[in-house]
Amino acid sequence: MSETPAAPSKSHDNDSNGQTSKFSTNANRPGAPLGGSARSVRAKSRPADRVFLGLSTGAAASIMVILAGVAIFLIVQAAPAIAANWATNPDLNTGATAHHNTFWGYVAPLIWGTVFVSAIALIIGAPVAIGIALFISHYAPRRLAGVLGYLVDLLAAVPSVVFGLWGIYIIRPFLLPGTNWLNHHLGWIPFFSGTASATGSTVLAGGIVLAVMILPIITSISREIFLQTPRLNEEAAIAMGATKWEMVRLAVFPYARSGVVSATLLGLGRALGETMAFALIVSPSLIFSLKILTDGENSQTVAANIATSFPEGTPLQRQALIGTGLMLFVISIAVNLIARIIVTRTGPDAKTRKAKKRIEQLPPSDPTSVLALDDVLSAAHHRQTDGTARA
Amino acid sequence: MSAPSSTRSSVPRGPIVNSLTSGQLPRFIELYSAIGAFLVSAGILALIGRLNVVGELVVTAVVYLIGIGVMSTLVENRRKATDRVIRGLVTVAFLLAMTPLISTLATVIIRGIGQINWAFISTTTAHVFDPKTLVVSSHTGALQSIVGTLIITGIAALISIPIGILTAIYLVEYARGGTWLSRTVTLLVDVMTGIPSIVAGLFAFSLFTLLFGPKAFSGFSAAVALSVLMIPIVVRSSEEMLKLVSLELREASYALGVSKFSTITKIVLPTAIAGLVTGVMLAIARVIGETAPIFVTASFTDNFNSNAFAGPMNTLAVQAYAAYKFPGTDIQASIDSAWGAALLLIIIVVILNLIARIVARVFAPKGLR
Repeated sequence: MSETPAAPSKSHDNDSNGQTSKFSTNANRPGAPLGGSARSVRAKSRPADRVFLGLSTGAAASIMVILAGVAIFLIVQAAPAIAANWATNPDLNTGATAHHNTFWGYVAPLIWGTVFVSAIALIIGAPVAIGIALFISHYAPRRLAGVLGYLVDLLAAVPSVVFGLWGIYIIRPFLLPGTNWLNHHLGWIPFFSGTASATGSTVLAGGIVLAVMILPIITSISREIFLQTPRLNEEAAIAMGATKWEMVRLAVFPYARSGVVSATLLGLGRALGETMAFALIVSPSLIFSLKILTDGENSQTVAANIATSFPEGTPLQRQALIGTGLMLFVISIAVNLIARIIVTRTGPDAKTRKAKKRIEQLPPSDPTSVLALDDVLSAAHHRQTDGTARA
Repeated sequence: MSAPSSTRSSVPRGPIVNSLTSGQLPRFIELYSAIGAFLVSAGILALIGRLNVVGELVVTAVVYLIGIGVMSTLVENRRKATDRVIRGLVTVAFLLAMTPLISTLATVIIRGIGQINWAFISTTTAHVFDPKTLVVSSHTGALQSIVGTLIITGIAALISIPIGILTAIYLVEYARGGTWLSRTVTLLVDVMTGIPSIVAGLFAFSLFTLLFGPKAFSGFSAAVALSVLMIPIVVRSSEEMLKLVSLELREASYALGVSKFSTITKIVLPTAIAGLVTGVMLAIARVIGETAPIFVTASFTDNFNSNAFAGPMNTLAVQAYAAYKFPGTDIQASIDSAWGAALLLIIIVVILNLIARIVARVFAPKGLR
């Protein structure tokens, strides 16, 4: 397959055995005329065929409709609140939306809070997540790696509200001594300044719980990409006398860099939209704040603000909240798109066009799919017991 | 390579007698060091009188990393020391991630187990007025949430599974060459997995507000919101499962003159069925714990409501949130019921995960790549 760069092999199997795709390209290879006529010799289409093709194409098209629908309905609902004059509108200058002259004045601190909190979660979570991915892919005993990966994926199965309650009862009191110490001794750093919280409802606590919640997504993608590193590169490094870490640094990281950056961005996307943990743990205000150890001077995130202000909002206030949700939608779509563009543009071997399609798609960015794949493959592996199903 | 250079490279540095065993730490040094670090840190903490589990683990990790680094630098060399420290670091990272998992599950079980009994499962939250003692006693129950969870998730599954699996079939079976539609849909599905759950809720709320007016809270709109979150998960996992079915099976079928429709329904789907069911189960387990979108679309209620098309509905996740955030008159009882609902939710999620595993095991597919 590799010696025919021109072959239109858009085969989506990422793994390197290429057994099946070789078969298909062989079938297509014998010259253009034969390939062309193969089209016309196609079996006649039966009614069931046409119906089924229509159904599945329709389902695929409905994805576009749904996504467009999400955008359109959010815009339609948010437009009145965005266009309204916030200073004079009797609905908007009271309650949760008071003291803001425009929609943008209202949403700006929220976006700041969202980005700030997500950044904290990412700073805490990403190194740990990448470490775990490395542990599972290269350090853990082969036999255990599957089970350990499964355990990390299970983190994704815990509902966010449960993490929120856990954060309230375990993380908040756990962090209190540490936050007091930081505030007392390092209070001159803007992040640790202000009055230290007595309850623990701090941005730091929220950020740590968020970090836990984004671990599985970063780990599962990074792990798959680490595992895709060409074996020969790794073996070459080892053969040159490199230690394991040097092998990882010289062979694995350069190959996986773009994928890991994308994984981190997808983790960021997840953190941006996470609602419940933050809404439960942190006591926020609508301000621009760098402080992460205080009670009353915490930033607020878009999602948590929607969750807390929605129940008692008037219809127009709810539309304002939908407007903030629209901003969140735009931001997280942008982050997701950037993550995917990075992996396709600067993917491994992007320079050599031949191998450009190596990682044309990230491994399933959703831990659920990874979990499902692991389930099935380990079962299949169990049954066959001869070859290595994954490795 | 000429002989002289290879000899030169194999000569060890320094005055070493036995080149095979010297310059190396003993075989199980990492295990011994870990045990040693554990004991040393226990000693340190006992000395300053702050012996607790968390402190012990943290200090152990620090002592171990420093110890192994120093020992390896002294006996071996810097490169090996770095290697051992990194090995220690990634192991610590893994253990660090296991702590929240274990801690969360333990917390939910410990706090929730006292709540779960037949009365909690079979009744709704209510306030009972006793005319003899004139006391209003509140009683917490989760029946309304259990029913709401099943109805909302059930409808969401009914919407998402056909769309999701059909889309996956289109992507894998019909668009193998890569049509513009398949490329767009693949990208959009990936983007959709990144939609914040609360935005899905706002979408459903907007949709139903436009259709039915401002107070259109209903279980059905919550199900629509969940579908937006569930469809991409189902598509992605089904896609992966269909890709696992070996091409040879399909080609054998086509070679016998079997139509595409029959090949898909008689060959591909049966081969992939275990994977499809596993993926669907896990997708359900994923959305059943969503709180924000349901909270926004179906609001929350203590009343029993089994009509998905009218009136607010509760789910277990929403109960866990609302009972904590907006407690009733008896605050402690509300918070306890939040933990009870959280435990019930975890139990359901675990059961779904187990079913997924068992399905994968029992109907383990043959003919995978």
